[in-house]
Amino acid sequence: MTSTEATTAAPVTPAPPAAPARAARTAAPAPATARSPRRGPRVGPLLLALPVPALVLVLWTVGVQQAWELPFGIKMGFLPTPLEVGRRLVDLAAGGIVDDAFSGTLLAHLWASTQRVLAGFALAVALAVPLGVVMGRFSLAFRMLEPTVNLARPIPVTAWAPLTLLIIGYGDGSAIFLVFLAAFFPVLLNTIAGVRQVPVRLLEAAAMLGTRKAQVLYKVVLPASMRSIASGLRVALGLSWVILVVGETVGINTGLGAMITQARDQSKTDLIVAGMVVIGLCGFVADRLLTGLLALVTRGRPTLT
Amino acid sequence: MPRIGTVRSRQPADVRVAGLGKQYPTRSGGAVVAMADVDLDVPAGEFVCVVGASGCGKSTLLRILAGFEDATSGTVEVAGAPVAGPDPERGVVFQDYGLFPWLSVRENIAYGPRQARLQRAAVAERTDRFLTAVGLTRFADKYPSELSGGMQQRVAIARVLANDPSLLLMDEPFGALDALTRSSLQGELSRIHRETGTTVLFVTHSIEEAVFLADRVVVMAGGASHGVPGHVKEIVRIDLGDERDVTSADFNALKRRIAALVHEEVAAPAA
Repeated sequence: MTSTEATTAAPVTPAPPAAPARAARTAAPAPATARSPRRGPRVGPLLLALPVPALVLVLWTVGVQQAWELPFGIKMGFLPTPLEVGRRLVDLAAGGIVDDAFSGTLLAHLWASTQRVLAGFALAVALAVPLGVVMGRFSLAFRMLEPTVNLARPIPVTAWAPLTLLIIGYGDGSAIFLVFLAAFFPVLLNTIAGVRQVPVRLLEAAAMLGTRKAQVLYKVVLPASMRSIASGLRVALGLSWVILVVGETVGINTGLGAMITQARDQSKTDLIVAGMVVIGLCGFVADRLLTGLLALVTRGRPTLT
Repeated sequence: MPRIGTVRSRQPADVRVAGLGKQYPTRSGGAVVAMADVDLDVPAGEFVCVVGASGCGKSTLLRILAGFEDATSGTVEVAGAPVAGPDPERGVVFQDYGLFPWLSVRENIAYGPRQARLQRAAVAERTDRFLTAVGLTRFADKYPSELSGGMQQRVAIARVLANDPSLLLMDEPFGALDALTRSSLQGELSRIHRETGTTVLFVTHSIEEAVFLADRVVVMAGGASHGVPGHVKEIVRIDLGDERDVTSADFNALKRRIAALVHEEVAAPAA
């Protein structure tokens, strides 16, 4: 119940990278099914994934040139073309094209944002995993803490933002705290759910094989709930990037969210979109790195990831 | 088939169950008496099968011996010591295997010896010996999910034997297997029992399995749904020797006798 709620939050991650990610994910089990033994395992998904983004780019370009008006009152005339966004991206990364205050600053923004995400996320994991294990394993702790957790959980992290600025102040601390809040609950809820689902049989097996009490958590409970914890980590990391933009809106000069805010103040739409693209890519790459890291740590053992 | 090896550090245990009773609390505050006044003495090294209709308490008896559940009344002693919680001396084989899915076959078998903090070389030696004993050397690096049910149950048996238990508790271990796998595992188990000499308490639904494996068959009857607490109805000695022919007249006579004991209880409850 709680874990599925947390999982549905996943698509909040920016849209552009989602298409290739999903294609790659469905590609993996495909060769195993009996139905598609002949389809090329690598080329197929890529060819299938490309036409849609290509069409979007074409429509986008035409729409801007013709100044289309779309539902919701979207005036495409105000948008930069994909080409302008591309130019801005290159300039942002290397400089030498637009030559304004933002030229060549991408790395600085990226690094500042990454640090905040890592700090908030790591803090959330360090607190939520142990707390989740305790709450999932000991019913007294669960009954004492679960109502409080579920009362605090529905408060959107964005609603915390104004208060955070007042009680922590402008700067890194606020942004990191907001990322922490965003990442905390998915990790906690998935850990609790995973630990509560550990089969009693495995605990009995561990006991009769002579597992010492102090080792049961590490030897059995943690590995048996690893899959659920891992999915919590992925959801949380995605949300961390989402909330970062909110956290960097006020009082911060370096960071992707700060950059977008400054771009809005100067009406630089191409820069805004470039920032969006970079954040989307960050979320995507971060997810891939996390998945890779988990696979590395668990050495590809079944049922762990 | 290679022999498992006769060097044992632990002697097989004898089991003494006296006046054992088990009650479960009900929601209304009362208690359901699942089992009462169960007495059972198993000499060291004996192979005992427990049969009986569902709910007669045979699995509860095994779980109390394993230390997974507490008795409400009576005493349970294994090798002269009262049972207090699970212990690697009392190995349990479950119907659903209970293997650790994230560990390979070898790691599952090595788990107990590692927990016992044996030397690395001793762990490897034991693991290899029991891999060989259950014929899974070629599958040592596979994971449980890659194995058939029969092979997984072999791993579960090897994993418990690697702890050198003085008592082996088996709870319908072959109940989920197909008939062919089942009979080959029965053959292997009785060979393992002869070679290790471990005391075995084996719970089963199958009367034929019980007559094939056991030195004695304990017939249990009753159970909460019958209005009488579960109890030991009769204990039948099986004097058929080591090589048992399931088609022989003696074998079938014993089967019929035990079946009659089990079924009359089902037909006429609360006599």
